Formats: sequence, C-alpha cells, structure tokens
Amino acid sequence: MSGEENKKSIEDKLTTIKYNCCREAHLKVNQELCKKCESRCCTYICPAKVYSYNENTNEIEVEYENCLECGACRIACPLNAIDWEYPKGDYGVIYKNS
Amino acid sequence: MEEKEVQKFDVIVVGAGPSGVAAAITVARGGARVLLIERSSAAGTKNMIGGAVFLSAVKDLFPDCWQEAPYERFINSHTWSLLGDDTSVNISCDFPNENKSASIYRSKFDSWLVQKAKDEGVYFAPSTLVKHLVIKQDRVCGVKTEFEEIYADVVIIADGVNSLLAKETGLRHDYDPTDMVLSIKETHKLSREVVEERFNLKKGTQQGAARNFIGGLKLEEAPFALGFMYTYLDSISIGLGVNLNDLSALGLNPSDLLERLKEHPVVKPIIEGSEMLEYSAHLIPEGGYKKLPKLYDNGVILAGDAAGFVNGVHFEGTNFALMSGKYAGETALSAVKIKNFDKKTLKLYEKKLERSFILKDLKSYKDVIENLCKRKDSLMNYYPKKAAEFFRIFTGASCKPKRDEFRKFIADFIGQRKLRELFKDFWAFVSSVFGVLK
Repeated sequence: MSGEENKKSIEDKLTTIKYNCCREAHLKVNQELCKKCESRCCTYICPAKVYSYNENTNEIEVEYENCLECGACRIACPLNAIDWEYPKGDYGVIYKNS
Repeated sequence: MEEKEVQKFDVIVVGAGPSGVAAAITVARGGARVLLIERSSAAGTKNMIGGAVFLSAVKDLFPDCWQEAPYERFINSHTWSLLGDDTSVNISCDFPNENKSASIYRSKFDSWLVQKAKDEGVYFAPSTLVKHLVIKQDRVCGVKTEFEEIYADVVIIADGVNSLLAKETGLRHDYDPTDMVLSIKETHKLSREVVEERFNLKKGTQQGAARNFIGGLKLEEAPFALGFMYTYLDSISIGLGVNLNDLSALGLNPSDLLERLKEHPVVKPIIEGSEMLEYSAHLIPEGGYKKLPKLYDNGVILAGDAAGFVNGVHFEGTNFALMSGKYAGETALSAVKIKNFDKKTLKLYEKKLERSFILKDLKSYKDVIENLCKRKDSLMNYYPKKAAEFFRIFTGASCKPKRDEFRKFIADFIGQRKLRELFKDFWAFVSSVFGVLK
C-alpha cells in the first residue's frame, strides 16, 4: 500500500472511534531534536498516523486529536523527543467496542 | 490561617482496570478505606483486549457472582494457523463443554468490575487524572491529581502499560522497543448467525472461538508478529500484535500489516461482508522476567501491566492483572493493620507473587519470547511455507511416486536453508521448552 493509500485507510478507521477532544495538546515534540532524527519512525509506526513530516518547514506535525494513547511513539522515539502525557481526565479516546 | 480539608484514605489505587479493581476490592473487603481513581469517565473506555478474559482469576475474585459479568462468548475452540502466501496449515482444539475464557468488551467488563467494587465499599473517582505522586521523605504518601492532593498510607499503581507514575517513583525505567508489542485491532460487525456459521459454533449458544495466525504477511523480511481473531455474540475482532522494534527497524505501519493479514485468502472470507465497528491500539509489555521493575517501595506497590505482568506466549495478561491486584490489595491491607508501610512490610507482595504462578511463570518463560523473536524469519516465513509444502504432497495425489516427492521435500528442507540456521531454530525450540520445564 502506498503512503497516501495507507493514510486514507487509517483515516477511515479513525472515523469509527469516538473522542472527547481537548484543546490542549497532550503530545509535544522537540522540533530541534527531531531535525537530527534520521529514522522519523514516529511518522510510520503510529497506528493513528498522528505524526507527519512537513518538508517545507522541516518540522514534525502532530495531530494529537487522533491519538489512541497507546504510547508506541514514546517508547520507539530514538531521541526521546516526544513529551507524552495522558490527556486530561475525561478527554481523549473513548473505546466502546474494544 | 484557613485550613484546607485534607483528604486521606488508607489506600489509593490508581487505574480502574482489572488489577486496580482487584486491588481496591480486596482492600475494601478487609475493612480499610480505599479510593480508586480512573482517568476516563467510564472504566474500560481507554482499554483494549485482543479478545478474552481468563475465568479462573475472575472466579477467584468473584466466587459468587462471576457468572453475571458481561461475557460475549466462551472461547472453547482454538485454532493456530501457519499461513503461507496463499496457504494455511492449522492445529485446532475444541473443548465445547469447558469454559476457560470469555470474549469481552472492555467498556462493559471493566465497568462491571467497577460496579462490583463500588457495591463493596470502594470510593470511585472517575474522570480524574493522577499527574504525580506525593513523595515525602523517601516515601509515597499520596497522589496529586489535576486539582488536589489526596493522601494515603499506601498507593497501588495499576495505571497500565505506560505507567508514567511507576517511572516517576524510580521503580521502573522506560521499556525498550524490543520488549514491547504494539497490538492493533478492529472489531467487525456480523450477524450472530454468520458468526456461528463461519466459526462452526453451535447455533444460539454462547460458544465461541479464537484463531491465531503466524505468517501470511507476504513480506520477505517480516516482523515478529502474531495475528488474532475472536468471536463475540454478533461481531468478531481481528488484530495483530507486532514487535515495536521490528516496526521501526523495518519501516512498517501496523495498520498496513493488518490490511495484509485481512487480504490473506484464508482470512478474507471470514470477515467478508462485515462492517468495522471500531479500530483500537494498545501496547503490551512483553519484556518478561528479565525486565521486571522494582515491584514496591516505601508506601507504594506496582500491579498489572504497570509492573509488566504478561505471559505473551499464552496470551495471558488479564489473569496476571487480577491476581497481582489481589496480592497488592492483601499486602496493603496487612500494612494498614500493623500500621507500617515501609518497603520491608510491603515485601510481602513479592513473596505472594513468588509463591503464585505469576513470578513462577514469568521466570520459567523468561527466554521464550526472546528466542522466538530471534528466529522470526523461520517462524514467519520458512516453516509456514514448508508446512504447506508437506501437506500439499500428503494430500495432493499428484500421480507421482510419493517417495520421490518426500525425498525432494526433505532435500529442499535441508538444502534451502543453511544447516546452521536450522540448528539455531532447533536450539531455540529446545532451550525454550527446557527453560519452561526445568
């Protein structure tokens, strides 16, 4: 599957999930460290495609609203550049059928 | 000076999953004051399970009412499939009269657990995120939520695999990606009749089935991954657990891998015509015995996934969570009774775990996952294909002499792979089995 198709497929999957979105981001990346990152593995290992690389700005963009709170990015990030917290109480993903 | 009312409990439990509830209910049954804190508004809505909860542990905690829990189907049929590109070689077992595990939805099951805890006197605080622990003089003496500090003599940390609190106490370091499995899952709606037909279940009953898939991802360099499928009353789950380090190293996306599994010609017909109800993801700590954190300290105990209690080989996690929660609760209760909350007193927790299957199993399985992971290419590609080749000859009636075909099979089996690699596979198998049994 190509990157674009894959992104589309995940977007479709995310529509099945209910979220209580918080205005405040619970995920923050250290853009300076990210610039030194060779793998940018967050951009492909995340099951919700929360992270993407913007070539124009040379920055990692974070769609924290889609986060499934699994924590994979936090563990996998080779530079420890992700400030990962739980969303505030009551906010974030709400699984009904999982 | 205006004095603020100080909230104080005997025990605070952070996280209302199976281990947190088991801990809290055990404390409440012993007559101590216990507060159970949960960050979601309804327990279970942050959680995902591949499929089944083990009933032995549920019965242990709820001997009188375990039947009332919201079970979907009792998983009494298991099939393991070695998938080649277009083939499948299966091993199955059926125990139609024995109910050892049951498929559940976490939102319903965990909420049922919490209701039981409330009925037995546990104070429950939902929608509350514990941000930090209150640590004074080298002792955990409470929690700091978004709004206030709440004090307790013992804090039981049962906030799951990502436990930021365990890290804060210094009990646990961050896991290494090689020790983590990222599990993703889709729940698919099908009619009850279709579920029963496709899994050969007795109509109108709560009989259920589970399937596991090894291989079938059609990748030359495959990650260490295991597919799973569980039946619910009128839906099924399909998912995949993948080693997190393999995902990073091989540049793979987990959802893409699951799509590959769903496209496999043996898997596809099972989910055909279904509607996806929900997509979910969760980490599983599979570092095992070698990566266990410190399990307790002054005024604090770790339980469940937060402590890394999982036996990945047998898909056991909920039973480890429930029972470790119970032992944590019992330990906290003993400490409350003698009014001593030092780590010396809380060492009782470790003793209880050592006497139980929890540390015994983790110890005897300490090398198994690592051994299997090292032989992932054999497991994910070579043997599934060879198994299919063998059965192709066995069942194929090609009008060629069987002796020639089997001889060629054996020559290929040895010839297509370095002897050294075959030996390594064999050794990994033998040392895993020996490790468990010795």
